[in-house]
Amino acid sequence: MEPFTTHTGIVAALDRANVDTDQIIPKQFLKRIERTGFGQFLFFDWRFLPDGSPNPAFELNRPEASGATVLLARRNFGCGSSREHAPWALADYGFRAVIASSFADIFFNNCFQNGMVPVRLSEDDVAELFRRAAVNAAAGTPYRLTVDLEACEVRDDAGFTRSFEVDPFRRRCLLKGLDDIGLSLAHVDSIAAWEAAHGLPTVAG
Amino acid sequence: MASPRTLLDKIWDEHVVCSPDGELPLLYIDRHLVHEVTSPQAFEGLRLAGRRVRRPEATFATPDHNVPTTDRRLPIADAVSKQQIDTLRANCREFGVRLFDLGDADQGIVHIIGPELGITQPGMTIVCGDSHTATHGALGALAFGIGTSEVEHVLATQTMRQAKPKSFEVRVNGRLAAGVTAKDLVLWIIGKLSTEGGAGFVLEYTGECIRSLGMSERMTVCNMSIEAGARAGMIAPDATTFDYMRGRDFAPKDFDRAVVAWERLPSDPGATYDRVEIFSADDVVPQVTWGTNPAQVVGVDGRVPDAGSLADAGDRASVSRALEYMGLAGGTPIADIAIDRVFIGSCTNARIEDLRAAAGVVQGYRVAPTVRAMVVPGSGRVKRQAEEEGLDKVFQAAGFDWREAGCSMCLGMNPDTLAPGERCASTSNRNFEGRQGKGGRTHLVSPAMAAAAAVQGHFVDIRDWEYR
Ligand code: SF4
Repeated sequence: MEPFTTHTGIVAALDRANVDTDQIIPKQFLKRIERTGFGQFLFFDWRFLPDGSPNPAFELNRPEASGATVLLARRNFGCGSSREHAPWALADYGFRAVIASSFADIFFNNCFQNGMVPVRLSEDDVAELFRRAAVNAAAGTPYRLTVDLEACEVRDDAGFTRSFEVDPFRRRCLLKGLDDIGLSLAHVDSIAAWEAAHGLPTVAG
Repeated sequence: MASPRTLLDKIWDEHVVCSPDGELPLLYIDRHLVHEVTSPQAFEGLRLAGRRVRRPEATFATPDHNVPTTDRRLPIADAVSKQQIDTLRANCREFGVRLFDLGDADQGIVHIIGPELGITQPGMTIVCGDSHTATHGALGALAFGIGTSEVEHVLATQTMRQAKPKSFEVRVNGRLAAGVTAKDLVLWIIGKLSTEGGAGFVLEYTGECIRSLGMSERMTVCNMSIEAGARAGMIAPDATTFDYMRGRDFAPKDFDRAVVAWERLPSDPGATYDRVEIFSADDVVPQVTWGTNPAQVVGVDGRVPDAGSLADAGDRASVSRALEYMGLAGGTPIADIAIDRVFIGSCTNARIEDLRAAAGVVQGYRVAPTVRAMVVPGSGRVKRQAEEEGLDKVFQAAGFDWREAGCSMCLGMNPDTLAPGERCASTSNRNFEGRQGKGGRTHLVSPAMAAAAAVQGHFVDIRDWEYR
């Protein structure tokens, strides 16, 4: 997995709550058997008009969001299905972090598996970020944020700095780009002992 | 004396393999259910790392999300769907996983066949790469939906990394009135809790109302826990659970001994939960969703809300957005909403009890000329049972399509989809934009309510239905 330490990038402000995984990646694109190539289908039904051309009204298609790598959204981002295709599509499109006031549990976990940081800030802080992004958009300049996982901090270059919380284990794995399964297999003796204690056929480690 | 523990505490404590310093605990997983859509990348990951499935005998697979529900003897027309199903077959063969394949008598929606075959058992930890895995909690199991990376992790280690979730008791006193079903109850609860009220929690449904529900109804309730944001929902096992388990294919051989262990699972008197909500079943009437998430729901005797009347600007925006997508005007009585399609199916409501309820309503009636309606049984077994009881004949005589088992129009990955603008009364669990087909408009209801809507062409209060 690609490590994540700190990242500065353009913000795409998606001013919606309850963005569900069916919107992030519609089901017609779940038939692929690879982990890659989902970015082209990200937010498909919102991003493209029926004739296949980009929908100019959609937040990601606005000029100020061009090249965005930080996604800003309202509460309960990533609700719905467990499909990891959702973080795959976001990451493949280029996003390295998603900032929202709350996330659905499964999506939140899935992000960490894909080198992407889900950042939880208060509703007020998120509102402030939307305000700042809007000011920049009105002036025709992109809005940039830095997500610093080492310091657990989000900041811009105009005085906004907030710390965020992240599970220390998930943070360490992401900072170092560790292989989760490899880490767990280091405890294979404990797993085998548990199985033996519960009368399950022991499997050679 | 040990302090009193909840059902969640007991299952959790039993399954913690280790909690190494500075790491999340490793939780042992008793059963892993696998389907074609969220597993190919996980098996591929195993292959690339040269890993194997740690406990193939605890892993069960079936294709369900993507399968055609038309004649199974015909080849699958969609080449990409076929590839996904073929991939599942090849992976199961290579890694020694038991597959209930297309054409197998026991194939079906993964959350229907798990309990039906007795693979799901009280006290177990169960995972599946699907958010409706909470269904299995109805038997007193701790069941989570997981992502594909976690699927790979469980395949390789038979464990998952997980911080202990908080506990949330959802107590429902009283009994549901006639015509009010478990589906109405859970939709109503989601309306109260909101789509994220359960986030970070495991819901345990308790109280007289829950105890009075049969297994199928309990599964309907637990199934939709995720729609309130909870990764798992559960119900303590009791005599209803044990009666259901007895004689199932994969039930424990020494059944009586198993029951003795299961009887120790329910929460101890005095056990405390991190959060408690107490509801009364008397307040629940048949429910219909009007918006684009399951918490946007109202009684069938109610009206679509008026965005203008809401105080909060955010609420106003999301309600107007939902109404615009749904093509509904604020203030419209629910009973005035005309529908084009009816879907009776999904892991929420495609068990035999659901089909009986729907068939009871349509018996002696015809589907309205403006409506196309279909029934998709949850599993091969449900389908056979229904045919033995003649339910297929009742549905077909009324003008319903009678299909093969699968997820079908619950998510519309296969050819069963809504056309843009079509409005559907559906017994499934999600009314998200485009869920049943791009531009499709979904109203979630109980099987009886869906059946009645099929006959009348619009929503009607099932409590007033004249059964023939
Ligand atoms: S029936 Fe619907 S909700 Fe259930 S597993 Fe299938 S797609 Fe998911």
